[in-house]
Amino acid sequence: MQSLIQTSSTMLFTAFIIYLVATLFFGFTIKDKLTDKRNSKLAGKIAITLTIIGFIAHLIYFVTRWLASGHAPVSNMFEFVTFLGMCLVLAFIIIWFIYKFNLLGLFALPIAMLFIAYASMFPTEVAPLVPSLKSHWLYIHVTTVAVGSGILFISFVAGLIYLLRNVDQTERNKRSISLEVVMYLIFLLIGFIVASTAFGAMDYHASFEYTNNDKVQTTDYTLPPIAAPHNGTLLTEDVMKPWFESPSWMRGADAGRKFNSVIWSFIVGTILYGIVRLILRKRVAAAIQPLLQHVKPDLLDEINYRSVAIGFPVYTLGGLIFAAIWAQEAWGRFWGWDPKEVWALITWFFYAAYLHLRLSRGWHGERSAWLAVIGFGIILFNLIVVNLVLAGLHSYA
Amino acid sequence: MNSIKCECGHVNPEGTVLCEACGKPIEGNQHIDGNDKKKLLNMRYEGSARRSNTYNKTIIDKIWNFFSSVKIAVWLIVIALIASSIGTIFPLEQYIPADAVSRDPSVFYEATYGLAGKIFYQLGFHQLYSSWWYLLLIASIGVSLVICSIDRFVPLYRALKRQKAKRHESFLSRLRFYSETESVQEEEIKQVKEQLAKQRYNVKEEDGHIVAEKGRFSRWGPYVNHIGLIIILIAAMLRLSPIFFFEEYVWVREGELRVIPGTDNEYFIENKQFILDTYDADDERFKDALQKEGRVVPSNFQTNAIIYRAIESEVVGAEQELEKVDEFEIRMNEPAKFGGYTLYQQGYQLNEFSEMTFKLYEMNDPDTEPLGEFTVDLFDPDLEYELDNGFKVEIAEFYPDYTISEEGVRSKTNSSNNPAFVFKLYPPNSEDAEISFVGDVIGTAEQMGIDPEVVDLSPMGQVIGTFTPSIDPTGGENNYRILIDSIDFDRKSGLNVKRDYTLPIFIIGAIIFMAGVLQGMYWQHRRIWIHPKNNGILLAAHTNKNWFGLKKDIEKAIEGTSINIVNDQKED
Repeated sequence: MQSLIQTSSTMLFTAFIIYLVATLFFGFTIKDKLTDKRNSKLAGKIAITLTIIGFIAHLIYFVTRWLASGHAPVSNMFEFVTFLGMCLVLAFIIIWFIYKFNLLGLFALPIAMLFIAYASMFPTEVAPLVPSLKSHWLYIHVTTVAVGSGILFISFVAGLIYLLRNVDQTERNKRSISLEVVMYLIFLLIGFIVASTAFGAMDYHASFEYTNNDKVQTTDYTLPPIAAPHNGTLLTEDVMKPWFESPSWMRGADAGRKFNSVIWSFIVGTILYGIVRLILRKRVAAAIQPLLQHVKPDLLDEINYRSVAIGFPVYTLGGLIFAAIWAQEAWGRFWGWDPKEVWALITWFFYAAYLHLRLSRGWHGERSAWLAVIGFGIILFNLIVVNLVLAGLHSYA
Repeated sequence: MNSIKCECGHVNPEGTVLCEACGKPIEGNQHIDGNDKKKLLNMRYEGSARRSNTYNKTIIDKIWNFFSSVKIAVWLIVIALIASSIGTIFPLEQYIPADAVSRDPSVFYEATYGLAGKIFYQLGFHQLYSSWWYLLLIASIGVSLVICSIDRFVPLYRALKRQKAKRHESFLSRLRFYSETESVQEEEIKQVKEQLAKQRYNVKEEDGHIVAEKGRFSRWGPYVNHIGLIIILIAAMLRLSPIFFFEEYVWVREGELRVIPGTDNEYFIENKQFILDTYDADDERFKDALQKEGRVVPSNFQTNAIIYRAIESEVVGAEQELEKVDEFEIRMNEPAKFGGYTLYQQGYQLNEFSEMTFKLYEMNDPDTEPLGEFTVDLFDPDLEYELDNGFKVEIAEFYPDYTISEEGVRSKTNSSNNPAFVFKLYPPNSEDAEISFVGDVIGTAEQMGIDPEVVDLSPMGQVIGTFTPSIDPTGGENNYRILIDSIDFDRKSGLNVKRDYTLPIFIIGAIIFMAGVLQGMYWQHRRIWIHPKNNGILLAAHTNKNWFGLKKDIEKAIEGTSINIVNDQKED
């Protein structure tokens, strides 16, 4: 049993490394026009082959973990986010075979890797299923939602490339600044991963005792406490004293710890971003732009729309219909206005609006690209903020 | 109605932009679809006559035009989206946690979230999704769905049904895909026709004019999925009526037989046993996670129940007879279904206090024999208990569900979940009472590291009882003390009772919706026209989406002929 879990985590790590190498090969395809075309084609073939091998490793992770735990590994934040990364790669592979578009991989794979890395920041132990999750609908509902989201993510990737290519970087205006904010947000996520990994390697721990709903609880910080829990006392000795307390309106279990992680993400992410800006001496988006000049914007728009057209029905099926059927079986109410449900509905409303806007002239191209970026933001909001902050029936971690 | 006759002979209804039969732009109507300013024709609804673009005089026209606009529909969706997100800022009324400061919304929001919470409550956002304005918003989306669909479907259906293979040149040349070829052999056209048929195009010919069409049914996708959504909205409306939907909650103690509420005394439930299984902390697979969790994790909640049905007695006034319907093991995710009703395992309580026995001792001499004892029935406590040897105990305060917080001592609920008492003890022949506080067994158990949510306290009741506080809350010194001697616990199971006749309607609506979405999204309506002109042909094509796919189809069809591939005339 232990060896299965061991194999499983090795395979996940292998997948991560292969995706990294595949990204490099996708990078080699970028100079299509300048160097020999044949080399670029070869690099593309190697890259997609590696992606498929990486995906198989990822799949082995999934299967072995399933065998070890006895249930599909989609039951906590680590497992679900890892699976989302896997679905993103799957969706990319499918889209690649439709359009043979290499550049998409250069952006899609790093995002999938960010998902895996982000997932690893959550507890990775194999946890037992609580009674409410013990149902076949767990597999059906969660996997369909993840596949649907994975396909919708591709529309974000295509939209992002579109914006990086087309937004005028010579001017400082709403569009170029908004795009740079998107780039900065990606740096914050990287900042969170870097900080967690660094202090995780040092095995850093600091415990606090605090009162939540009249109960005394302890919380374990794995990052040095800048913000202590509201009314918390530090238990661990020989660690940094907190600089200030979280505000009182941040309630709920571990609110202080989560707030502290957010602060760390901002600090490390901003430093990383600052370093990159210093090296580049221009906006990050402006630095990327010249690499994308030979890409056809029409193709990006087509991929953007196509992924929504394919992803939307899958998401509806998994996130609303299967979800409702399961909720009916488990709680006797197929719809309960739980925050997670509401945000699934909001996501659905959003992509429905997107599809209707595509009917009118003027909403293709750049506007669609912005919409795809916002849609991605809404799905991530539902994944991260709703799970970790607006805890409801779905709170995993 | 002022109909318009086209030069091809077809009579079009008023407001038509492109002739239904031959596609020729109809003079004077080109501004409707914005064709006057562009080279390419707007093919969205085939240039058919939509009511909303034709009439704008009466109030009905105005309302119709308002709701038939896709722009308005998108705005309604966006407003619904923003409104829905507001309701998730703080928990809704029904999700106020059980251990909150207060379950009264007028207290809870302000006490927990301060000013923002107060505003949230005062604006009624704690029940946002059942507020009149939210329902109105959803209803407007429903109206918009119906009107948008009718406004477009009817003329579109007409136009597609009446279209002819022979199209006007001015129509073809203003399509996005278009090419002209000077001279084409008869043979080549035949070959293209065969190729198109092979690609599953439906090829129609009319004096040498050819139209090849496939996937027309995908044009109906949006209307089909809108029908599905309307059915879902109708089901949601029906659900508000108690005929179609009702919901009740019932607590049944182990061994108890109860009528199931909402069934008109027809069905009864007997709780044979309530089972709570937990994960073994030494389970090889889960031990790391369980250790980290630091508490017992349940693996199964289950009520073994027998359902009975009352039989109408033939003799008036005779006792009701019960007939067994079935036995069930009701678990989470495995509800019991019988006679149109469904029972869901919803809650449980392992340690409900039913009876407590107290013994009275002299304060400084705990080893001596008790001076007396009395038993309190927690479902029906007496005001006074006379003890054998002349002592008298009066219940001054009774907290069935004791808790202490910043605001002081109170009872969380009226159920005997954690009883505590303030007793007045009158020694024999004395008018002066001693005051003792006794109780809070659950608090004591928690302090001992026992989780009363998942652990049966019954075997340990007596032990915990001796550790439970028995003090004089006024701070005085008592001569006697009252200790808990034994506790009887009940285990009860909480079941949700539902009857919902709207479910099948929802399911039908969902299936139709999905079918419509798939039909509209995963298929495309492709048409290719061949128009003979002198020795050559005009080739034009149109699709509602996936132009790359259409181009590939054309390339394949004209392969090996001298026909020119279509140009993409897309503007902007």
